[in-house]
Amino acid sequence: MAGKKTESLIITGNQAAAIGAKMSRVQVIAAYPITPQSPVTEGLSQFVEMGELKAEYVTVESEHSALSVCITASTVGARAFTATSANGLAYMCEQLHWAAGARLPLVLACVNRAMAAPWNILNDQQDAMSQRDTGWIQIYARDNQEILDSIIQAYKIAETVYVPVMVCYDGYILSHTVMPVEIPRQKDVDRFLPRYKPHTILDPSDPRNLNQVTLANPRLNSIGSLCHGYMELRYLLQEAIEGCSETIVAVDREFGETFGRSWGGMTWSYRLEDADLILMAAGSLATQATVAADELRAQGYRAGVLGLRVYRPFPKQDLIEATSKAGLVLVFDKSISYGNEGPICSDLKSALYRSKSRPVVHGYICGLGGRDIKVRELTEAAIRSLLWVRETESAKPTEWLNCQI
Amino acid sequence: MSYFVKSKDDILEIRWHGRGGQGVVSSAQILAEAAFYEGFKGVTAAPSFGAERRGAPITASTRLSPKPVRVFSQIENPDIVIVLDETLLTSEDATAGLKSGGWLVVNTPKKPSQIRSGDSFSIATADANSVAKEVTLVVSGAALVNTAMLGAFVRVTGIISLESIREAIAKKFSPAEAQKNFEAARLTYERIILG
Repeated sequence: MAGKKTESLIITGNQAAAIGAKMSRVQVIAAYPITPQSPVTEGLSQFVEMGELKAEYVTVESEHSALSVCITASTVGARAFTATSANGLAYMCEQLHWAAGARLPLVLACVNRAMAAPWNILNDQQDAMSQRDTGWIQIYARDNQEILDSIIQAYKIAETVYVPVMVCYDGYILSHTVMPVEIPRQKDVDRFLPRYKPHTILDPSDPRNLNQVTLANPRLNSIGSLCHGYMELRYLLQEAIEGCSETIVAVDREFGETFGRSWGGMTWSYRLEDADLILMAAGSLATQATVAADELRAQGYRAGVLGLRVYRPFPKQDLIEATSKAGLVLVFDKSISYGNEGPICSDLKSALYRSKSRPVVHGYICGLGGRDIKVRELTEAAIRSLLWVRETESAKPTEWLNCQI
Repeated sequence: MSYFVKSKDDILEIRWHGRGGQGVVSSAQILAEAAFYEGFKGVTAAPSFGAERRGAPITASTRLSPKPVRVFSQIENPDIVIVLDETLLTSEDATAGLKSGGWLVVNTPKKPSQIRSGDSFSIATADANSVAKEVTLVVSGAALVNTAMLGAFVRVTGIISLESIREAIAKKFSPAEAQKNFEAARLTYERIILG
């Protein structure tokens, strides 16, 4: 644990993200401005300009190019960083797949914002959730401290398992809200996250062909070695992501040993030990749900919160165990898989298929396009759900919280 | 004053009303920072979420608590409403949800009794415009009143010292500017009229 006293600053989530990237000693930054992400890259460009961060800041004309620059930088062995939101993330979509397929340890800060059309610059999580199948690890931060800490952790995770990491946090709600954030000491960060040692570098003195056309079946290369086909490479990506939860947990534990705080690894819980009623969410909403749990407890309900920190890989086993004693789980999704239901809700139900003691799961869609979510709306939803379970035989359809249609 | 010193679990909620360019968000943030120096473990400050334009009515909020703040939703029932531009009292519903026993603090040369009467909350008035001009906090002919109103907050609540305000202001400005801004807060602290 850090012995000497560290400094706490009252800063926004965006400032925390920029400081996290700076302290990770990123070498290449490429980003294109988009609300509410812009202050992250403005902060980083300032660090570079002031000489506080020795990095190449590459200005680009689009998010697609921003991620392309990061991919290229990572391919030649640099630690690279980008940040974006909403339509910017969607514009990166092709390159998100490329970065993961090429197994590059990039870190991207996704400042969660609603997708257009219609235009909306406010928070929900549709942007990141829509990219869940690109092969990136996704971490959702619950407050500004976790944003800073998770960016540092993200490099360690990415560079261990060679899978890119998206650190997601709620636009405005965290990105533009100041709160106390403890700034770690640089020498502790350097000890925790040493310089990146890439396993494959594209180098003109040692030319090689990376990510060439790869056909369906394994085949011999020009020197007679049997190389994977496309499907084997994809299997290895899935294996790396499914298997990386151990790394995520270990990195978080080591972070705790170094800095005196950790974030639960894959999931976190609040008053869950004897909880019969669980509120589940990812990001800042899960923090707020802890207040709802307190209020429900005060009313005599045994309520707790299950916070989803890592969405990909989806922590199936952790969720089975965390919900095994509960009768009812309410999942609050700030996004939707159109034509189905909230993605976290859907994935939880799928994970519970293997569980012996399955709780009832009720899905709520909330906070789309910045719709404010009050604590009392969460507690009222919980009481409605309890009533439904008591009085209704049929499955409860997904409910849209405070939708005034 | 006792209204503002309640249990250890309480969150004090402050809503700021002003116009884009008046420094409403900065004030909300400086107050959060000052409260942190004062020993409040939980402090947050946020702008009203959305697009902001110079001159348009905007709000910002500050939450202060002895424990980390876990609520991020918009403030519905503020304990204190601070209004930087008096015209917002009529054009916007600046006192919406203001708690019974709370305070409405207005930048105006008027006395509290001239603002409104018959409310369940108290009213304080401070002529921050004059104070800002006196200490030469003027940009493009407009008085910068946001930091002056921090002094008004200190006087109304008594939960933060002027010294913490000075410390927080010093973090935001050059030494010369910080001195002027703090002087504005201090003078407003002295001259505010509590209704």
